[in-house]
Amino acid sequence: MAVPLEYYIILSAFLFVVGVVGVMISRNMIVMFMCIEIMLNAANLAMVAFSRHLQNMDGHVFVFLVMAVAAGEAAVGLAIIIAVFRNRESVDSDFLNLMKW
Amino acid sequence: MEMVMFAVAAIIALASAVMVITVKSPIASVLYLILSIMAQSVLYVMLAGLFLAAFLILIYGGAILVLFLFVVMLLNIRYADMGSDSLGKLKPIAWTFAVVLLGEMVWVGTGVQAHFRGVDETFGSVPEVAALLYGKFVYPFELTSILLLAAIIGAVVMARKGL
Amino acid sequence: MSDYLFIVPLLPFLTFVINGIFRTRLPKNMVVSLAVGSVGLSFIWSVVLFFHLLGFPAEERVIHQVLFNWLPVGNLHLDMAFLLDPLSAVMILVVSGVGFLIHIYSIGYMAHDPGIKRYFIYLNLFMFSMLLLVLADNLMLLFIGWEGVGLCSYLLIGFWFEKKSASDAGNKAFIVNRIGDFGFLLGGFILFWAAGTLQFTDLAHKAPEVFTIGGGVITAATLLLFFGATGKSAQIPLYIWLPDAMEGPTPVSALIHAATMVTAGVYMIVRLNFLFILAPTTLLVVAIVGAATALVAATIGLAQNDIKRVLAYSTVSQLGYMMLACGVAAFSAGIFHLMTHAFFKALLFLGSGSVIHAMSNEQDMRQMGGLKKQLPLTYKTFLMGTLAITGIPLFSGFFSKDEILWKSFSSGHGHVIFWIIGVLTAALTAFYMFRLLYLTFYGEGRYDKHTAEHLHESPKVMTMPLVVLAVLAVIGGWIGIPHALGGGAWFEKFLEPVMATSHGGGGHAVAAHHSASLEYGLMAVTIVLVLISIYLAWYFYRKNIAKATSLRQSLSGLHKMLLNKYWVDEFYGATIVRPIVNGSIFLWKVFDVLIIDGIANGLAHLVGDMSETMRRMQSGYLRIYMTIFVVGVVILVGYMVVR
Repeated sequence: MAVPLEYYIILSAFLFVVGVVGVMISRNMIVMFMCIEIMLNAANLAMVAFSRHLQNMDGHVFVFLVMAVAAGEAAVGLAIIIAVFRNRESVDSDFLNLMKW
Repeated sequence: MEMVMFAVAAIIALASAVMVITVKSPIASVLYLILSIMAQSVLYVMLAGLFLAAFLILIYGGAILVLFLFVVMLLNIRYADMGSDSLGKLKPIAWTFAVVLLGEMVWVGTGVQAHFRGVDETFGSVPEVAALLYGKFVYPFELTSILLLAAIIGAVVMARKGL
Repeated sequence: MSDYLFIVPLLPFLTFVINGIFRTRLPKNMVVSLAVGSVGLSFIWSVVLFFHLLGFPAEERVIHQVLFNWLPVGNLHLDMAFLLDPLSAVMILVVSGVGFLIHIYSIGYMAHDPGIKRYFIYLNLFMFSMLLLVLADNLMLLFIGWEGVGLCSYLLIGFWFEKKSASDAGNKAFIVNRIGDFGFLLGGFILFWAAGTLQFTDLAHKAPEVFTIGGGVITAATLLLFFGATGKSAQIPLYIWLPDAMEGPTPVSALIHAATMVTAGVYMIVRLNFLFILAPTTLLVVAIVGAATALVAATIGLAQNDIKRVLAYSTVSQLGYMMLACGVAAFSAGIFHLMTHAFFKALLFLGSGSVIHAMSNEQDMRQMGGLKKQLPLTYKTFLMGTLAITGIPLFSGFFSKDEILWKSFSSGHGHVIFWIIGVLTAALTAFYMFRLLYLTFYGEGRYDKHTAEHLHESPKVMTMPLVVLAVLAVIGGWIGIPHALGGGAWFEKFLEPVMATSHGGGGHAVAAHHSASLEYGLMAVTIVLVLISIYLAWYFYRKNIAKATSLRQSLSGLHKMLLNKYWVDEFYGATIVRPIVNGSIFLWKVFDVLIIDGIANGLAHLVGDMSETMRRMQSGYLRIYMTIFVVGVVILVGYMVVR
């Protein structure tokens, strides 16, 4: 029996919300970052599903580019975390509060 | 048959995503994420996105998440809880809104009632993707390369000692 | 020649501008010469225009010069245009002539004043405004001149503004005038609404058709216009500013508050005589107010001790005569008296200025006395003026005052009561004027040694105008000798084309025909009463001053009431001024400070408080930002889902 489209969409929704909750909840910056990657992936899944539904390959290309950007973003983000770690000796995001009022 | 496959892959993906958040050790988090990625790649295959499935595992799981792993190892991060939680009072709000978001999206999702139609065999194969990439989407492709260049330079600069 | 009518007001205006702009850079003598010279030239040109006008046949003595179209707004078409007819010709001669003499006098009087340049600048502005007023060909342009003279009155009364009483007097004059102007404007609006035009010759043609005789519209309009005239010409109820206006320099009192500005109200009524003729009720009101003012002011003048105050109340009283004349539709008599009054009142004021100058600025008559010997020329000219104002036969005042008294009895709008009041006032006038004369110039000097040393006759530049005015005060009336006394009544004939009565307008007020013998009889009664008053004044103030003191003590209540001017100022102060001031203070303290400032400051506080709260959102914590981010996303997505 074929899987209808909405199952994929709902799954993607769940994954996304897991990512959102993870960003809000976790204190560890690395975990926070990974949850952002989860969110990106959820979106990718939805896009591929729709692309299959619309029988248009443009979705795949889009996913490809998203992943490329995600890679770049991961690299830079981790570099920042390393730089912060050097100063603060910790990756707790609650320590980064210099920008408060 | 397909449904079973879908169910298994979906459950694994979702469960490992949840585990990413909940486990104490950061290395475990990364590993769970890799597991989730692999489950998702199964789903991609089911959606006739062969190139993307491979791409996901190779690049995402193999490169990006391994990078995460390296960082976690190098920084020797342990699970440490210290001080007061900044999000203390707002936790209920965070949860409520997350649930609301979920509700919204599910509601939209259930409105999409469709079944997949048939596709050619070449759908989602490498030549097809390549044709699009170097044809219709050549500009974004090239620009992405410049973006990656910027990212590389940025990362190198940021991580240097004595900045 | 008719094309150059505008030069008359233009010259003083030019010197006003030049002196005003270059005041600091021009030497004093140049400022003064420019100022005085321009008025002199204006006068000469007025004379030329007058004779030019005489050359026309009687019915066509009109020069109308339109300079440009000033306000074409909707139905309102007002031009900057001047009208020279017999009435305005008389006025410009009086204004520029007497003005010129007073300018010359001022050169001497203000010679040592540091503000002399400012003085002449204001004086020139005044001349311009007054000439504009009398030459205007429509009501709005007249009003501009009206306001201009009011402004100059304020500036000149408060000339020595460091003195609080002077600046207060200036304020009072301006504010009271303003109240009158409100009535003037309302009257003008009604006129425009009813007739569609404010141009005088057009109004004169349209008036009989547009307004019903005695109708509500015309009565309302004329009453309001008259109210404005009571402000400018110091009648009851708005005369209160004129006595206080004596704070200004004496030449200012002479020019503005005797000869010219205060006559603007009379002029306006005469100019619009064709409207007033159509409203008998208004005429009655005018006559009553005029007569009452004349009598009341004369009674107050009896008890005043300041020489200028006596003359001020005398002016109010004489203006009452002019208003009475207008009220009985004897408009040319009113203008006649305006002219003679300008001569002798200016003379009297300038003479008093000479006295004050000689007495080192002492103005209280009780400190004077015996100045006849010290100031011979001043005394002689002052005597001429006094004789003129009391109405001694052959002097100018006699002819004009008698004309008014006769007309108030005999005119179709007249009544014997008016005549009685007029005669009584004439008697009182004689009394207080001779009282002034005797107290100031006769008897023994009551001043101290210090003043005596500085006592000297005024310089030629001040006494020459006195002489000229004295001559005019004597012969000025001879152009208006009535038929009954064998004269040609040239003045009245000259002004005839301007008066509506001569055109047959005005309805049913036809003068009853009285015999000449009645006229002689009434004249005789007046003269007898006047002579009796002069005798009484001589008795009390020359022969036996002690008798005057004892009389004052026995009538002390009455004297106190007169001295305090019936407490009118205090009454106005309590009933009108105090409530308004209190209302203003209330508005200030409660409304402005509490409410409006409260709102403004409150808003600022509100912004401050809000930002205090908002800034706590910048917590600096990443996760909180993320939470807010999610909240925003939820709302956005929700909106899109619901749509």
